[in-house]
Amino acid sequence: MWDYSEKVKEHFYNPRNVGALPDANGVGDVGSLNCGDALRLSIKVNPETEVIEAATFQTFGCGSAIASSSALTEIIKGLPLDEALKVSNQDIADYLDGLPPEKMHCSVMGREALQAAVANYRGVEWKDDHEEGALICKCFAVDAVMIEETIRANNLRTVQDVAHYTKAGGGCAACHEGIEEVLTRVLAEQGITFDPEAVSKVDQPEPLPIAATIKPAGKLTTVQRIHRIEQIIDSIRPNLRMDGGDCELVEVDGNIIYVNMVGACAGCGMAAMTIGGIQQRLMEELGEFIRVIPAEHMQHPHPNPLPRGEGAQRAPVEQRRAAHG
Amino acid sequence: MADIYLDNNATTACDAKVVEAMLPYFLEQFGNPSSMHSFGSGVGRALSKARKQVQALLGAEHDSEIIFTSCGTESDNTAILSALKCFPNRKEIITTAVEHPAVLALCTQLEKEGYTIHRLAVDGKGRLDLDEYKKLLTPNVAIVSVMWANNETGTLFPVLEMAELAHAADIQFHTDAVQAVGKVPIDLKNSNIDMLSVSGHKLHAPKGIGVLYLKRGVRFRPLFRGGHQERGRRAGTENAASVIGLGQACELAQEHIECENVQVKALRDRLEQGILAQVPNCFVTGDADHRLPNTCNIAFEYIEGESILMLLNKQGIAASSGSACTSGSLEPSHVMRAMGIPYTAAHGTIRFSLSRYNTQAEIDRVVAAVPPIIADLRKMSPYWGENGPVEEPGKAFAPVYA
Ligand SMILES: Cc1ncc(COP(=O)(O)O)c(C=O)c1O
Ligand code: FES
Repeated sequence: MWDYSEKVKEHFYNPRNVGALPDANGVGDVGSLNCGDALRLSIKVNPETEVIEAATFQTFGCGSAIASSSALTEIIKGLPLDEALKVSNQDIADYLDGLPPEKMHCSVMGREALQAAVANYRGVEWKDDHEEGALICKCFAVDAVMIEETIRANNLRTVQDVAHYTKAGGGCAACHEGIEEVLTRVLAEQGITFDPEAVSKVDQPEPLPIAATIKPAGKLTTVQRIHRIEQIIDSIRPNLRMDGGDCELVEVDGNIIYVNMVGACAGCGMAAMTIGGIQQRLMEELGEFIRVIPAEHMQHPHPNPLPRGEGAQRAPVEQRRAAHG
Repeated sequence: MADIYLDNNATTACDAKVVEAMLPYFLEQFGNPSSMHSFGSGVGRALSKARKQVQALLGAEHDSEIIFTSCGTESDNTAILSALKCFPNRKEIITTAVEHPAVLALCTQLEKEGYTIHRLAVDGKGRLDLDEYKKLLTPNVAIVSVMWANNETGTLFPVLEMAELAHAADIQFHTDAVQAVGKVPIDLKNSNIDMLSVSGHKLHAPKGIGVLYLKRGVRFRPLFRGGHQERGRRAGTENAASVIGLGQACELAQEHIECENVQVKALRDRLEQGILAQVPNCFVTGDADHRLPNTCNIAFEYIEGESILMLLNKQGIAASSGSACTSGSLEPSHVMRAMGIPYTAAHGTIRFSLSRYNTQAEIDRVVAAVPPIIADLRKMSPYWGENGPVEEPGKAFAPVYA
C-alpha cells in the first residue's frame, strides 16, 4: 500500500468540507467520466470582498484525491480569490506533508478544480492546459508528456540530456529504458533514429532555478560561501520533503560539507544516493570539488571518502586536482 | 480482534507444516545437493521427494517433467522464450487480453521486437471466443499461452480443450496455472498441455519458488545456462529449502483440494451473497459459474477501490482492488477494461480471495463492515445523490477536460 503521511491519512479518514454547497456561486468540475477521475469543487464567494467564505468538494477518487481535496478546501477557505489562485499543487502536497510521486496528479486536479471554480464564479470560460502522461521517472515525478515536450522544445538527443532538462533519470536510473523509449518515439517524428551511444550535447546543465538567485562563482567570503551552500540545500529541499525527508547543514570544513539527513532520508537505502545527489549539485553550483559527508562521521579522522551509490560519481580529475591545489 | 486476510490471490501465508519441513535445511542440512559428501546427499534426497510431491499434485507422468524455478514469472517467461528459440521462423504468439503481466508485459516487449501478438478478447463475463482462437492457429504461431484461472476474477478458461486444439495444429501450448494449482484438480498426463507455470507463494509455500512443468519430449531451450541443475534446463544452485517447502505445500494442497471446493467455496458464496443483498449498485465481475472457488470480485459503482481498501484496512480487513491510481490518472485494471466494465464501476472493483484458513466468523464480520463503508464513500461521490446514482451522471457531472 502507499506510504501515505499521517496527515494524508487523517484527511482521508476525516475529510473536511464534503458534499454539495447549496448556495455556491462558483463550481469547478475537473476529471473525466471516461477515466473515472473526477473532482467537483464548490465555492461561495462574497461578491463585495471577493473572499471565499465556504468551499466543499465531491470526488470519485482514491485516498489521496480525497485527502488533497479536503486539504484544498481548508487552505482556500477565508482567502481572497486572488490569493487562492496562487495556491499551487505543491502547496497542497506540502500541507499534507507530501504525497507519493505517483499521486501528485491528485493535487494537480485540486488546483485545476480551483481555477475552474473561480472561472465559473467570474463567468469566464476556463481552458484547461492540463495534459498528463504515464509516470516515467518515480524519483522526480516526471511524466511522459513533460519529457516529450522538453525533448521537442530543446532538441534533446540522449538520456543524459533529458536528465539535465527535466531531472528525469537523474536519480536511481531505473527509468532509463522508459526515457529511451520516449526519445525513440519523439525523434522518430522528426525522422531521426535514437542513438543510444550518442554523446550528450549538454556540457553545462540547464541553469537550475537556484542559479538565478545566486551570483556565479567568484571569490566568496566564508560567510557568503556558507550562505550560498545553505541556499543550494534549500533549493533541493522540496525534493527531499517529497520523499518525507530533509537535510540540514552542520559544518563546512574546506571542501568537506557535513550534513544531517533527517526523516525518511536518514538511514533509508537511498540516503547514500541522496547525499551523492546533493554533492553533485553543490559541485555544479559552487564550481569546485565538494565532498558531502553525513554528520555522524564527523568524529572519525578519515571519514568514508566518497559516498556509495549511483549518485556519487567521482569528480572529474581536473576538479579533484583543483581541490587539492 | 485479529485481522482478516482475504487477499490470498496476491499471496498466502506459509503453512506451519511447510515451515517445519524447511527449517532443517538452513542450519543443519545446508549442503549443496551436487556435492559428493554427506552434507549434500541428504539434501538431494529431500529435493527428489519434493519433486515427486509436485508431480503428484499436477498429475504429471514423470518427476523429471518438474523444473524448479524462482517464481511464476520466471516460469512464464521461460516457456514463451523457449518456444521462440525453438521455432525461429514462427513469429506469432497467441495469448489473451487478461493474462497476468508476467505474460502480457513480455508479449508487449516481444511485439516491439517484431513479433505479432494475438491477444484473444473476452466478453462481458470474461469468456473467450473459441472460434476466434481456432482461426488463429496457423503454422506461424510459435506458442499459445493462456492462463488457467484469472487472478482478478477467478474466471476459468477452457485450457484443456484449447491445448487439444493447439496440439492438433502442432503448436506448443503453455498455461499459467499460478492461481489454479491446488484449487482445481489437474491431471497433466492426460492432457495436451506442454508447459505449465506454478508459483509457490499462492499455495502456502514461500515466495520466490516456482515450477515449470515441461512435458517429456516437448522441444525446449533453457533461459539460464550454467550448471547441470534441473538436468541443465534451469541452471543455478537449487533453492533447496524452498523447493522442499513447496513439495510439502503441494502435498497439503492435494489433501485440501476438496476443502477448497466445498468449505472455502461456501464461505466465498456467503460473503458474496451477504454483500450483494445489502449494497445497492454492485455486481460480481467475471464468469460467476466458472471460476475459482476462493475468489469473488465485486464492482461497487461510483466510488474508487483504493478508498474502499483503506477503510477496510482500518477495520483490519485485507483485500485488493482492480483500480490502480498510479500515474497520470486513474487506471482501471486491464482485466476490467477487457471485459468492457464501465469506468465508473471498474474503479470500484474489490477482489476478496479466501483460503482454507478463513472462518465463518471472519466472513460475517466482513459482510457487516462493507455496506457502511460503501455508503460513506458514495456520500462523497459527485455521481451519487441522496439515495442513489444521480440521473444521467454524464450530464450532472460535466468536467472541463476529458
Ligand atoms: C496468474 C499469475 N501469474 C503469474 C504470477 C506471478 O507469480 P510470481 O509472483 O511467483 O512471479 C501471479 C501472481 O502474482 C499470477 O497471479
Ligand atoms: S526513477 Fe527516474 S531516476 Fe529513479
